[in-house]
Amino acid sequence: MHNSYPLWKNVLILLVFLVSIIYALPNLYNEDPSVQVVSSHAGTALTPTQVSTIEKLVKDSNTPMKAFEVADGRVLARLGSNDDQLKIADLLREKMGNDYTVSLNLAPTTPGWLRALGAKAMYLGLDLRGGVHFLLEVDMDAAVKQAEERYNDDLRLALREANLRYQSVAKDNGFIKIKLKEAADKPNLFKVLDKNFRTLEVTEPDGTPDEVWLKIGERELKDTRKNAVAQNMTTLRNRVNELGVAEPVIQQQGENRIMVQLPGIQDTGRAKDILGTTATLEYRLVDVEHDVQKAVEGHPPVGSRLYYEKDGRPILLNRQVIVTGDQILDASSSVDEDSRPAVVINLNGAGAAKMGKMTQANVGKPMAVVFIEYKSENRIVNGEKVRHKEKVEKVISVATIQGVFSKRFQTTGLDSPQEARNLSLLLRAGALAAPVDIVEERTVGPSLGQDNIDKGFLSFIVGFVLVVLFMAGYYRLFGMIANLALAFNVVIVVAILSLLQATLTLPGIAGIILTVGMSVDANVLIFERIKEEIRNGNSPQASIFIGYEKAFATILDSHVTNLVVAIVLFVFGTGSVKGFAVTLIIGILSSMFTAITGTRMVINRIYGDRRVDKLSI
Amino acid sequence: MKTTNINFIGNRNIALIFSGILSLLSIISLSVQGLQMGIDFTGGTLIEVGYQKPADLTALRATLDSSGFADATVQNFGTAKDVLIRLKLQEGVSSADLSNKVLEAINKDTAEPASLRRVEFVGPQVGDDLAQDGFLALLYSTIGILIYVAWRFEWKFSLGAIIATLHDVIVTLGVFSVLRMEFDLTVLAAVLALIGYSLNDTIVVYDRIRENFIQLRNKSTEEMINISVNVTLSRTIMTSLTVILVLVSLFFLGGEVIHGFSVVLLFGVFFGTYSSIFIASPMALILGVSPQDLIPVVREEHLDNLP
Repeated sequence: MHNSYPLWKNVLILLVFLVSIIYALPNLYNEDPSVQVVSSHAGTALTPTQVSTIEKLVKDSNTPMKAFEVADGRVLARLGSNDDQLKIADLLREKMGNDYTVSLNLAPTTPGWLRALGAKAMYLGLDLRGGVHFLLEVDMDAAVKQAEERYNDDLRLALREANLRYQSVAKDNGFIKIKLKEAADKPNLFKVLDKNFRTLEVTEPDGTPDEVWLKIGERELKDTRKNAVAQNMTTLRNRVNELGVAEPVIQQQGENRIMVQLPGIQDTGRAKDILGTTATLEYRLVDVEHDVQKAVEGHPPVGSRLYYEKDGRPILLNRQVIVTGDQILDASSSVDEDSRPAVVINLNGAGAAKMGKMTQANVGKPMAVVFIEYKSENRIVNGEKVRHKEKVEKVISVATIQGVFSKRFQTTGLDSPQEARNLSLLLRAGALAAPVDIVEERTVGPSLGQDNIDKGFLSFIVGFVLVVLFMAGYYRLFGMIANLALAFNVVIVVAILSLLQATLTLPGIAGIILTVGMSVDANVLIFERIKEEIRNGNSPQASIFIGYEKAFATILDSHVTNLVVAIVLFVFGTGSVKGFAVTLIIGILSSMFTAITGTRMVINRIYGDRRVDKLSI
Repeated sequence: MKTTNINFIGNRNIALIFSGILSLLSIISLSVQGLQMGIDFTGGTLIEVGYQKPADLTALRATLDSSGFADATVQNFGTAKDVLIRLKLQEGVSSADLSNKVLEAINKDTAEPASLRRVEFVGPQVGDDLAQDGFLALLYSTIGILIYVAWRFEWKFSLGAIIATLHDVIVTLGVFSVLRMEFDLTVLAAVLALIGYSLNDTIVVYDRIRENFIQLRNKSTEEMINISVNVTLSRTIMTSLTVILVLVSLFFLGGEVIHGFSVVLLFGVFFGTYSSIFIASPMALILGVSPQDLIPVVREEHLDNLP
């Protein structure tokens, strides 16, 4: 009955311990509140001149700066406090303009050799570092409706091009119904459909020989929905980048939801506005030939539509759009000569050509800018959840075309510089493919985040010390050995969490604390067994051997059941609860290693291979 | 601690009647009073704000009332300086903007503006999903355990373990319902952790029963189960104590957010320990566990020993 481990086993245990310490180490270093500046044009690095301009701005502001780092074409200014961080970020945003993205960042102070090993501190969840979590739901019905509308327009165009006369092309109940002037044209219609609209399912209704009903196929509908989510994610990513958030998380969740996490953001109102809105601009000519009053009474002229200006005055605009938002290449906020807020628009080739032609033909006539916003929210009406959708269109400015312009021009009529900034951001980042609703929001202010960390840490320390005292008091030397294993266990959990970069949340910290209480269980099982064997009259050496042996099966069974529950929790849990499950799973697994193998190694060193009369247990 | 010799199994009826009454009361409280479901499950908005000085709740209520948030409930959260404002999902108006409007309203006419500490908005569909996921988690963990214990032990043990665990969950939820504490996602996580813990305890006792079936063949099943409970008693108590120590620390120092979590586990560990001794072990006897169930290999020997 040998109570000794072979050399390789001892070395292995010590190696695990050493590696765990190294990877847990970065958590002891603080983070510097810092400001990061990158070029807002993807893939371009900052030039040395730009870097020195930024450095000069920061230095001239007389804010104490810890370090100014340039790496990978980006700039990082490490500062002393959160206030300084905000001050510098605002300063740089104001002075550097639209070509730069300025974001708040927490830069680790881990030494280079640790970073070279890939050791990072644990990734803190939003409830610990502060920030916003949004769950956005993509309106799939709207995406499908838009696809139908597109087909509707394309069909009309194709029919016209093929010189097929039709009475109507209209959407109806999931179908696009084409009614031809003459039923004899049907073969020609099928030719057109066969050429360009192969994906549509064709039905020929009985009784109406001049009609053909078309339907978007199930597969294409599925693709449409998938693409809507994918495109929305891209747009959201662009928008978030414009907001200047370091380390944002944008993930698809389920079929139609997108999770957006913005750590450390302060202005949640603006974030919500930017993420959720589908705002765009349209340019239309004003219809000056017809009477507005008649339109208000319900008789709008053909070819025109009734709009309202901001102050409520009605105005007639041409149905035909000159330029829409998706032809806008770039936009930036600015002010006009009278220092009113404005947006400078840059059009793409097609848009510029159209705008050039229209302005040339209409010099001296008024043109209107329509601001379009889709608002959508969930309301409860009579206990039923109803999604309420609204398309808000308002004419924000009407101006006489003074001369010909095409590619680059300025639009005024916005309420505030803030609105100009938001609009230009939205135009730049691209439109959402389908409207989104915020269905969940969790915001944690930075002060509460730090509070949570402090409270979590304090209760961990106190809980740990209590368990250590209790174990040492009850099991003497064996208790101290169990305590060593317990500390080792915590180090391993922290190291694995850091390595996996799994999100640590407040419930996650609670999970670690719970692990501290539960992981001594394995040692209690072993020690009680050893005591029992001694009572049964076995020698101390034999008791240690049998104690470990017999307790092992029990520990395995009881820990596996615990693990089953933790895994279920991980699969079904969301957000902070998932963080709890993660720490629990890691804690259960590593405690089995430390409490069985770790303690055995130490006990073997102390009692192994010699005559022992009494155990300190 | 010397090995005890308490007749747990002989007095099983007292414990079973006591637990029966406790479970019944819990079920009554759960069905009459119900659980105070948090916004995670009901949907709604929750706003936590912090003041420099103790907050004047009456004034705050009046402000909210006059700003059109008549159904807002206002209460202190943890300290007198922290205030929790809850808003239900409202008819007609409901959107994520609500929190901004509320903050605007309470900071409008005050010299000392509140700082925003936390906002939680959960839309109705998300609330339903979270509740459904929570229910599924409970269901699947129960099934998972049933299968594992049946595989490692035997179906009677499995059933006994599940009955004991459900007893713990029901009674703990009953306490939660009586205390009118809020049931949110974190608390649900604690309930699941409790399932894990309570089982852990039960498995340790069952494991010893299995071992003793083989070693103490001359004893009756009842005697044998009683011995198993007694020899594992000091371990059962020791482990509960260490877990209770960390939970007490979490309860007093962990802050308000984690309060419900630690309360569930404190009661849970207490009932879990109780049930592994007083419910799970007698259950094994009542369900008719016998050595044959666990040691089929030695069945031939038994036949030889028959008179």
